[in-house]
Amino acid sequence: MLKTPVYMDNHATTRVDSRVLDAMLPYFTEKFGNAASRNHSFGWEAEEAVDRGRNQIASLIGAKSKEIIFTSGATESDNLAIKGVVEFYKEKGNHIITCVTEHKAVLDSCRALERAGKATVTYLPVDKYGMVDPDAVRNAITDKTVLITIMWANNEIGTIHPIAEIGRIAKEKGVIFHCDAVQAIGKVPVDLEKAGVDLASITAHKIYGPKGIGAIYVRSKGPRVRLTPTMDGGGHERGMRSGTLNVPGIVGLGAACELAGKEMPVESERLLQLRTKLQAGIFERLDEVYVNGHPTERLPGNLNVSFAYVEGESLLMGINDIAVSSGSACTSATLEPSYVIRALGINEELAHSSIRFGLGRFNTEEEVDYVTDRVSKEVKRLRDMSPLYEMAKEGIDLKSVNWKQ
Amino acid sequence: MAYSEKVIEHYNNPRNVGSFAKDEANVGTGVVGAPECGDVMKLQLKISDAGVIEDARFKTFGCGSAIASSSYVTELVKGKHIDEAMTIKNTVIVKELNLPPVKIHCSVLAEDAIKAAITDWRKKKGEPVAAPDKAREA
Repeated sequence: MLKTPVYMDNHATTRVDSRVLDAMLPYFTEKFGNAASRNHSFGWEAEEAVDRGRNQIASLIGAKSKEIIFTSGATESDNLAIKGVVEFYKEKGNHIITCVTEHKAVLDSCRALERAGKATVTYLPVDKYGMVDPDAVRNAITDKTVLITIMWANNEIGTIHPIAEIGRIAKEKGVIFHCDAVQAIGKVPVDLEKAGVDLASITAHKIYGPKGIGAIYVRSKGPRVRLTPTMDGGGHERGMRSGTLNVPGIVGLGAACELAGKEMPVESERLLQLRTKLQAGIFERLDEVYVNGHPTERLPGNLNVSFAYVEGESLLMGINDIAVSSGSACTSATLEPSYVIRALGINEELAHSSIRFGLGRFNTEEEVDYVTDRVSKEVKRLRDMSPLYEMAKEGIDLKSVNWKQ
Repeated sequence: MAYSEKVIEHYNNPRNVGSFAKDEANVGTGVVGAPECGDVMKLQLKISDAGVIEDARFKTFGCGSAIASSSYVTELVKGKHIDEAMTIKNTVIVKELNLPPVKIHCSVLAEDAIKAAITDWRKKKGEPVAAPDKAREA
C-alpha cells in the first residue's frame, strides 16, 4: 500500500537511513567520549570512531583521510573554503571566479567578501542547460585570481558541471579550486584527486545521514591548500576548525558515505529508471512541459520541469500529499522566482511554473506512478482555470500581449 | 506557510471558473497582472443594461491565494450594481480569505480585475470611463 504524503524532495534533505542511525546511537550514550580526550578510554573510543568516519568519507571521494576536516555542514564548509582561502592568500590576490547558479552559501560568502572590500568576484553565466563553460573559467582568470568555486552538481536542476576540465584549468593556472559537491557525493562517482579539486564541501543530510554534520576536503599535496580558520578555539582539525567534534554525527556521516558508495552502482541505475519513468509519464499525459537542466549530464534522481501556464505554488497546493519543491516566486520569501531557473534564460513565466522532483533511496515505482497521475491531473485542472492556457490555445502569442501590471 | 481554510476551500472548489464570449455586448472583460510576475487574472462580468452584474466568470494563473481571491470576487460582485462593485476594496478580500501580508497583492489584483472588467463594459457601451485607479499597485 502506498503511504502518503510521498516524499520526493531529496535535494532538500533526506531521511536518515536506519543503518546509519544504528551506527550512531551508541555514540550518544555509552560511547559518549570527547575525541580530544587523550588520556582515557572514553576519548580513545571516540577518536577511533572519528578516524573510521574520516576513512569512510575519504574513500568515497578519492581523498586521504587527513584531508577531511569536519564542520557543521556544507554552509560552514563553503564559508570556510571561500573566506578562509581569500584571507590566507590575500598577499597573492583577491579575485574569485564563481557562477550564477551556485548555492546561496557560496554566492553570499562571495558577496560578503565583496562588500567588505576583500575580494572582487566574477559571476560566470551558464548555458541553457545550466552548465558553465570551462573556457569562460579560463578566460576569467587573472593574475589576481586566488579561487575558483564551482559546484559539482546543481541542487535545483541537477546539472553536472565539467568539473574535471575546470580542475585541469585551475591546476594549469595555479589557482585553488573549491567545489561544493554536496549534491553529487554519494550520487555520482566523485574522485577529487582525479578531478583536480582542491577544496570540497560535503554534508551528511543529503546522503541519508543526520543534519548538522558535514566536512570540507582540503588538499594536502599538489598543492597543499591552506586556510585561515573562521572560528578560533582549541585548534581542532589541524587548526582549521576548532570545536569539539560531533562524534555521533561523524559516525553517521561516515556510515552514510560507506553505504552510498557501496550501493551507488545499483542505486544510481534504479533512480535513473525511476526518473525516466516519471518524465515519460508526465510527457505522455501533458503537452507543453519543459525540462530544466541538462538532458543527460544531470543527477540521476533529479527531474526539474516547467508546466507552462500553471503557477508552481498553486500546483504544489493541489498536490499537497506530495512533497516536492517549486521555483515559483510565491514559495520564497523574496517573491522572486528561482535565480537558478532564471539563469537558464527561459522566460519568466516558465520560471514561475517549475517543479523540482528529487528522487531518492526510499522512493518506489509505485510512488512514481502515483505522482505522475496526481501531477498530471492537477496540471490539467489548473490549465482549465488558466487564462494563459486559454489564450495560448486561441493562438495568442503571450509575448505580444501588453500586460497591465 | 499554511493556507487559511477559506483559501483552500476556494482553491479546491473554485466558483464560476470559465469564460464568456468576449465580444458579447453585455460582457465586460478585465485581464490584470502579468505572466512574468506569476499572476494573471481574467475576470468577466455579464452586466445588465441597468448596470447590475448578473453573472461572473474567472480564470487565473497564479498561486492558491490568487485563485481564491478571484473565485471569491465572482461571488461577491454577483447581483451588485456596478457603481457599488467599483467601490469594493481589496481589504474585504483580505479579511474574507485571511490572506497573510505576503499575499495582499493577490487581493489588489482581484480588486483591479473588477474595475478593469467594468471599465471594459462601459467602453463597450460608450459610457464615459473614469480614470483607472492607479493609486495601488500589485
